[in-house]
Parts: sequence; C-alpha cells; structure tokens
Amino acid sequence: MLFSVIGNYSLVLGLFFGLVLFYYSAKNFRNSEVLDTKILSFTFLQFFLVVISFLCLVLSFVVSDFSNETVFNNSHTTKPIFYKIAGTWGNHEGSLLLWLLVLTLFILIFLIRTKNQPVKYRVLTLVFQQIIIIGFFIFLIKTSNPFNHIYPIPTEGLGLNPILQDPALAIHPPILYLGYVGSSIIFSSVLAATTLNLVSKKWASHIKKWVLGSWIFLTLGILLGSIWAYYELGWGGFWFWDPVENVSLMPWLALTTLLHCILVLEKKLILTSWVIILSISTFALSMSGTFLVRSGILNSVHTFANDPERGLFILIFLFSLIFLSLFIFFFFHKTSKDNSSSFFWLSKETAIIMNNWFMMYFLSVVLIGTIYPIFLDVLSSQKISVGPPFYHTLIIPFLIPFLLIMAIGPKLKWIKSNLEDKIYLFTILVISILLSITIVKNFSSNFLINTILISSALYLFFITLRDFFSKGFKNLAQNTAHFGFSLLILSILFNSLFSSEIITNLKVGQTFENSKAKIVFESLSQKEGENYKSIIGNFIVQDSNGKMENLSPELRIYNQPNITTSEADIKTTLLSDKFIVINLVQNQEFFNVRYQVKPFMLWIWISVILISFGGLISFVKKEYEK
Amino acid sequence: MKNKLIPLSIFLVFIVIFIIFYKGLQNTNIYTPGTKTSFEVPSVSVKLFNSNEIVNTLEIFSSDKFYLLNIWSSWCVPCRQEHSILMELTKNDNLRVIGINYKDTKKNANNFLKELGNPYDNIIFDNKGTNAIEWGAYGVPESFLINNNKIIKKYIGPLNERSMEEIKSFIK
Repeated sequence: MLFSVIGNYSLVLGLFFGLVLFYYSAKNFRNSEVLDTKILSFTFLQFFLVVISFLCLVLSFVVSDFSNETVFNNSHTTKPIFYKIAGTWGNHEGSLLLWLLVLTLFILIFLIRTKNQPVKYRVLTLVFQQIIIIGFFIFLIKTSNPFNHIYPIPTEGLGLNPILQDPALAIHPPILYLGYVGSSIIFSSVLAATTLNLVSKKWASHIKKWVLGSWIFLTLGILLGSIWAYYELGWGGFWFWDPVENVSLMPWLALTTLLHCILVLEKKLILTSWVIILSISTFALSMSGTFLVRSGILNSVHTFANDPERGLFILIFLFSLIFLSLFIFFFFHKTSKDNSSSFFWLSKETAIIMNNWFMMYFLSVVLIGTIYPIFLDVLSSQKISVGPPFYHTLIIPFLIPFLLIMAIGPKLKWIKSNLEDKIYLFTILVISILLSITIVKNFSSNFLINTILISSALYLFFITLRDFFSKGFKNLAQNTAHFGFSLLILSILFNSLFSSEIITNLKVGQTFENSKAKIVFESLSQKEGENYKSIIGNFIVQDSNGKMENLSPELRIYNQPNITTSEADIKTTLLSDKFIVINLVQNQEFFNVRYQVKPFMLWIWISVILISFGGLISFVKKEYEK
Repeated sequence: MKNKLIPLSIFLVFIVIFIIFYKGLQNTNIYTPGTKTSFEVPSVSVKLFNSNEIVNTLEIFSSDKFYLLNIWSSWCVPCRQEHSILMELTKNDNLRVIGINYKDTKKNANNFLKELGNPYDNIIFDNKGTNAIEWGAYGVPESFLINNNKIIKKYIGPLNERSMEEIKSFIK
C-alpha cells in the first residue's frame, strides 16, 4: 500500500522534473559557455525518482501486495521469490517502468561522459531525450500506471504466465531494453548534431561507444529470447520469423549497418546522410516494435494486454518523433560535402557500402513480411500469415555475395586498394568450394544452392580464421565478430540440412522404431514443484549407432494460473542436440511425442556470443588503431 | 522544386502508414482456435493423394453433405486404433470421409490402407504437414466434422465409440 503511494508520487515528480529540465535547457542553450550544474542535478534527481518508483514496484511484488493491480494481475504468493522479482518486468506496466529507468539512466551517463563536447550539443541532446522521457512518463501515468489500487484487497493474485517463469526470460527484457534504449541516445544525439551541423569525424568516434554498447546488448537480448523459445516453446527451432522476433531483428539490422557507417565516418567525412537516417530508423524501429507488440495489432507471447488506447498513444508518439526527425533531417542537413564520386571502386568503404545496401535489403524484406499482413487486413480484410519460405527465398540468395564481400572487404585498404599479394584469397576460395562439395554431395536436393552457400560461409570462416594467426591482435574486434557470423551461418545451414524429426503418439510401454532411431516410452513419474505439479515421461532413445540415451521431458501443470506447459528435455553435446518433448492428447492415455536430432545447436549460441564479444573488444579498446 | 518533392513524398508515405496503422488498431481481434466454435473451411490449394492433381479445398467440400475430415498417418499408432471407426462411419450415405495424409510417404500410406482398408472418399496428400496447419490442427490423429463449409465439431486424438455415436447423431 505504502509502496504504491511512494512509487506513484515519484513518477509524477519525475515528470515534473522533466518539464523543469526543459526550462533550464532552453535558458542554458541561449547564453552559456558551461553546462549549468542545475541540469546535471535535476537529471540525477529524475533518475533517482524513477529508481525509487521501480524499487517500490519490486518491493510490492516481493511482499505480494495485492492492493496493487499490477501485482494482483501478475503475481501469486506461491511463486518462487526469483520470479516474483522478475515478474516486475514480466508485464506491460512494469516493463515500461524498466524502460523509463534505463532512459533516465542513459541520459545521465551521457551527460557525465561528454564533458569535452560542445555545451550546446549536450544540452540539445538532453532536450530531445527529455521529449522521449516525458512521452514515456505520460504514457505510463495515463494509460498504464503500475501503481493502480484495487479495493477490496484480494487475498490472492492471478499469477504470472508459466511460460514466462524461466531464468533466461527473467533477464531477457532488461538486456534487450539496454539495447533498445541505447538507440534512443543515438537518436537524440544525432538530431542534436544535425541541428548544430556537428556530424563529423570527432562526433563519430564519440557516438561509436553508444552504438557499440546498444548493439552488444541488443545482440545478447535477441540471443536470450531465442534460447528461451528453443527449449520452452517446444517447437525445437530457434527462429520462427514470428513478427515479434522480426521487430527485434529490424533494429538490429539497422544498428549493425549504422555501426559500419560510423566506422567509415570516423575515417573519412562521407556517409553522413546514411548515419543520420540509420540512427533515426534504429530508434523508430525499436519504438514500432513496442507499438506492434503492445497495441494488440500483432498477437504473441509479448502481447500483455490489449488496450487500443495504449496503442493509439504509442502510435501518435512514434509518428510525432518520426516527423520531428524527418523535419530536422531535411531542414538542417547539408549534403554538399558528401561526394559519391570520390569513391574508388576497390576500397574498404566501397565494400562496406555494398554490404550496407544488402543489409537494407534484408531489413526491407523483414519489414514487408512483418507489416504486409497488417496492411492487407486493413485494406482488404484478408488475413494471411507470412511464413519462413517467404524470408528464406528472398534472403538466402543474397547471403552469398554478402558473405563474400564480408570476407574480402576487410582485406582492402581505406580510400584506395589493389589486389596485389592477394593470391591466398583465391586459394582459400577454391578450398572452400571443394570442401563444401564433399559435405553436400550426399544430399540430392538443392545441391547447387547449398554448395554455393556453404562455400561462401566457409570462405569467410577460413579467411577470418587465417587472420587470427597472421594478424594476431590487429583488427581483433572486427575479426572476431565476422568469424562469429560465418560460424553462425554455417551452424544454421548444417542444422537445417542434417536435422531429423520423429513425431508420433505413444502410450506408456510402447516403442517406436524406424531406420534412424528407436524410442521406448518406459514409464511415467510425478514430481511436485514449488508452484506446479509435473508429469515426467521417461524415454530411452537409441540412435542408429546403437547409443542409448535416457530422456525425460516434463509436462508442468501450474496452480495459478492453471496452465500446462511442456518442458523439453535436451541433451546437448558438442556436435548435436537431442531434443524430446511430450504433449497431452486430449482425454487420452496417448502422449504426442516429438523427438528431434539437431546438429550444431550449441554452435549457433556460441557464434552469437562470439559476435557480441567482437563488439565488446571494440568497446573496451582505448583507441581505434590507425 | 525537385528538392522539395523528395521530402514531401516521404512525409506523405509516413502519413499513409500512420493512417493504416490507426485503422488497424481499431479492428484488432485475437485469434484463439479454442473459442471459435464454427469457422469456415480454409480455401487453399492442395494435392490429391491418388491423382496428384492440385485442387482447391472448397471444391472437395462443395456439396451440402456432411464431411468428416480426418488427419492421419501410417506412422501414427492411434490412427490404427481409430481406423475401424472410420471404416464404420464411411458406410453412412450422408457422410463422406476425407483424409489428410500427414507427413507420410506414399508407399507407407498405401500399405497402411491395404492392410486396414480405405475409408476415404478422397485423400489430400500433405507430406510436409503444411495443410494440416491451415485447419488449426495440433497433431495426428485429429478429425473435423464439416457441413456447408463450416466446421461443426473438432475431435482431437483418435475417434472412439462415443465420438462415433455423436457424429451419427449429427448427420441424421
């Protein structure tokens, strides 16, 4: 009760200080050589108030204060303490409060870390960031206040959706938000820099840290979500081209492109329009992600509640920001200095630009696949769903030149390059093609496309691998990330080529056998968890080599809300995963058994970690080497 | 003039997107398979098991008779168990039994039918398991009772004596 009151008033005060900051920023912008100390203190105060508000919500969850509507809707006394805390951001209201927390934290860090930047630039960035922050404050207080009261006070809560009660998912939102919200700083900063005509090499090297930071968190956030979907949703895949996954992939693609543009801009004053547009679109895409999943326009596990009022607010807010930034871009940005004719065809920047266009293409494919169904529904009330075949057909062919340019590009010099001493590039290409032919030759279907794909991925793999030995620590960050990417593509390809699946319905005691595996349904046992009961199926699986393995997938029946989830049992080895999941067939003694062998699963996760590790190396490095 | 045209058109594009999203917000409806008691037969092109012809599902379910759509597979153990019920039901003149052969090979499926008999008037060949999704199926076996292009009742898991009696009472 008390916590709700404190939390609520902290929010209102935080909004108030946002407005106060506007006033002081305007004053400071007109006449000052130094940053007003009041600005820094008020920014800190605003952050502090949001922290208090957030802690109040966490405490309400911990003590199960059901007079609070958010706690009532999403918690239960029997829930383990870990999930009570994680439940704070496992719902719409709490996750928005977390978003606000990161927003205020980041602008504070920004102000502290930019002491050597022009005062006008810092103040203007603060103003743009405050527009976003105030927008979120109003959104939170008006449409999704986490501190609403209920009277009479219920004795028990409704509980958290069981599929969200999972360690990976407990940290997935905070990590992802660090990435999303990091892009808001880039957005504000680029608007400020454009208005003041400050987009320069110096600006690029200062904003690079923010781009890298958000990029690392976004990558890890997507990875966590993907791992969770793999073992919790029981489909045995890691990426489904679900709209919700797509909305996290789109900012990632834009941010990755932006990162590469910033690297060019740091060396040479070109691509300024690219940088500005990409910074704006990264943030706009993050926001549209929020809009799409929170408004109920799309349906998914992320759709917490469907309230058209919320959707309308985000929609108007999002488009005001887009129009504001478009106006600033067209009005203030001078393109005169960029000259596209100054590119030499064989240079690092040309390679980067080519791949940027490919990335933009991938982005547009994902964008169209995601929003086309909505458009069609509105315009012709026809319902369609865009599935993996659409994305695969449109993306896979273009991965080939993309991978090749990714391999050769870093070998070229800035400004102008030539191909002397580059015989090894050709030798490695031949080796890759030969190797991939030997791998694919046992598979009759799609021989050509698979060979070319695998050879181009192998090519990048070998070239980056060679660099680890020949160049040592030079370019280590870029090399690690590119190596990780080649490993990712290879793992995904091998995974889809060599996966096998058995779906069958079995009773206890029955055996399924085919040429690949023998599955024996041994017995059923029961177990009691803290807030669920589970039925465990005990299976013995024998593969074609005669190797036996015990697997015990679970069906969990949660007490509150009363939902059944199936927990896959996965045996992970270095080379492949054995994945088994059971489901109830309604009112029957049969269980639907799904057994999959998925090679190289572990390597998909490892390679994404490598990719973000590459970003981390670049992030901690003091000076970018010349 | 040309310089102004580009920003203007971009603004216009975003305004159109805004309007469409705004409209989209107003007709949000949540699709939950469980709550929809009767929905229509999906219109998709499917491949026939015997002739390899590609036809539209609406053609298969065109007459005003009752149809029982049964999703089955030769590797599915409970399908064997419910097969006698399908054989029994197909004798009824008011009912046509249509099969969807799910994630199966032709050879195995034919052996299965040779061994246990063929109750199906028509079989849709769905070796990739994609057609079954259009019907909102969870797995095999599963059956849908259809009349006038509407799904009247859905049976998850193998049919038994009780569901057979229920189907018979429907089609009287």
